[in-house]
Amino acid sequence: MKISEKEVEQLAFLSRLDLPGEELADWTKTLNAVLDYLEPLNKLDTSAIEPAAHVLPLKNVFREDRPQQSLDKKLVLANAPEEDEGFFVVPRIV
Amino acid sequence: MDLHTISVRRLGELLARKEVGSEELTRSYLERISQVEDKTKAFITVTEEEALAQARAVDEQRVRGEELSPLAGIPMAIADNICTEGVRTTCASKMLENFIPPYDAAVVERMKKAGSALVGKCNMDEFGMGISTENSCFFSTTNPLDPEAVPGGSNGGAAAAVAAGEAAFALGSDTEGSLRQPAASCGVVGFKPTYGRVSRYGLISCASSLDQIGPLTRDVTDLALVLNTICGRDERDSTSAAVDVPDFKKYLVNDVKGLKIGLPVEYFGAGLAPLVADKLREAARKLEEMGALCEEVSMPHTDYALPAHYIISSAEASSNLARYDGVRYGLREDAEDVLGMFKRTRGRGFGAEVKKRIMIGTYALSTGNYNEYYVKALKVRTLIKQDFARAFERFDCLLTPASPATAYKKGELKDDPLAGYQSHIFTAPANLAGLPAMSLPIGLVDGLPVGLQLIARHFDEGTLLRAGYALEQSLEQTGRNRA
Repeated sequence: MKISEKEVEQLAFLSRLDLPGEELADWTKTLNAVLDYLEPLNKLDTSAIEPAAHVLPLKNVFREDRPQQSLDKKLVLANAPEEDEGFFVVPRIV
Repeated sequence: MDLHTISVRRLGELLARKEVGSEELTRSYLERISQVEDKTKAFITVTEEEALAQARAVDEQRVRGEELSPLAGIPMAIADNICTEGVRTTCASKMLENFIPPYDAAVVERMKKAGSALVGKCNMDEFGMGISTENSCFFSTTNPLDPEAVPGGSNGGAAAAVAAGEAAFALGSDTEGSLRQPAASCGVVGFKPTYGRVSRYGLISCASSLDQIGPLTRDVTDLALVLNTICGRDERDSTSAAVDVPDFKKYLVNDVKGLKIGLPVEYFGAGLAPLVADKLREAARKLEEMGALCEEVSMPHTDYALPAHYIISSAEASSNLARYDGVRYGLREDAEDVLGMFKRTRGRGFGAEVKKRIMIGTYALSTGNYNEYYVKALKVRTLIKQDFARAFERFDCLLTPASPATAYKKGELKDDPLAGYQSHIFTAPANLAGLPAMSLPIGLVDGLPVGLQLIARHFDEGTLLRAGYALEQSLEQTGRNRA
């Protein structure tokens, strides 16, 4: 077992996912199966290989810094679960 | 003539000769949808009003004698992870069940300008994660060629819509084979352009370094017509390439003389169904008879591509999907405090496959695991790229299977935690390397379609069209319309 139930619980917290306690054992089994599946990568010696985060030789892509039309505020807020006077409303933070 | 089986090119000719009007054509597709949709279930949303309004506008333009795109008035479907202004776009997730985008994706803008009539938004695996369209939060889609079979995934809805005659072509996205594998399962053409060829602006992000929008069509000619419309630089996607876009129609020549085609031995190994392998070799022989040179080539790191892809795509998805927090759009589940709201919203809004990928991605990016998993996978990505680069020193394109087998039966893969991930084993490498790749239907095995994949160099879509067109001309049309 690469990860324990306790570690899966921590992982779910980092991922901001509510996992019901009774599902924890199953999730631990599932995630360990995936990690076992990934294991063969360790057989490969990659010490001399550069990582490739991207496929094309793109450097910084710039455009001119000029103001452009943006979406109407009402439109943007139309999908908000809760809004008030042009603000997104969330539960108490502090 | 059956308007639901003929190509976009022929539909365009009928429209141009005024043998059929755009509105009449669109109505006949909407009628077709209402006939077969309770079996096929290809669509999450059918956009009847929008489609008819667009079709009428095209009819008026034609009366005025305006110059029209070959796609004007053609009924199309779009996968439900591509934003359409004012039309619900769900990613087949509870999280976005009621999300109505305030803007169009770049490809949707281009299609509207061309005058194609959007008939609906297609079912898919939630956020593109899956191989069967059984991971949709709404319902599963059925393969139009076999009521017991899945249509493949993640774009099973879009592929089924084209195969069932519910749309003349479709657009979707491909992160590891999500267009090519369902195309193979449903007997249509699926195409992933070069990374950067098509703007991803308005495509709901899953794995940004791998995602690419592409078409599903009935044949290679239609593919050229759609590529002519969707390709090109867009300032709003900084990874979209400033590379000239040719007229792809010029590659539709029935001539492959001297074309050098590599058959990677690793793609024809134990994982491939023997009858599928036979069909592919038969197709390779046809290409040779037409003057192409087919030879075996080794791609030694192929076996490592899928695990590396799993890590990279999960890592990128875990980061991209962090935006679903119940604050600005999408589902919100209330809680006492904001952290509780995040957790509850995400716990209820995401399905099991998505949660699994988010957790694996988070694991791979965590301190302590970062080098062992994420950086390791990026290094393997370099090795995959090098395998391709070496092969393309000798060959113009590569010929491989699009999928290890024909379409799976429904529920066949339900209890496997890796749920048929192998199904994308032949398609995922092209995403890791950013290469253009096509899946072409080449015939049937036990009544189900087989897909052949061709992969070419960056921005060399033309070679794929040329080889695909020649092969298509030499093959009998497969049964594609039995919904």
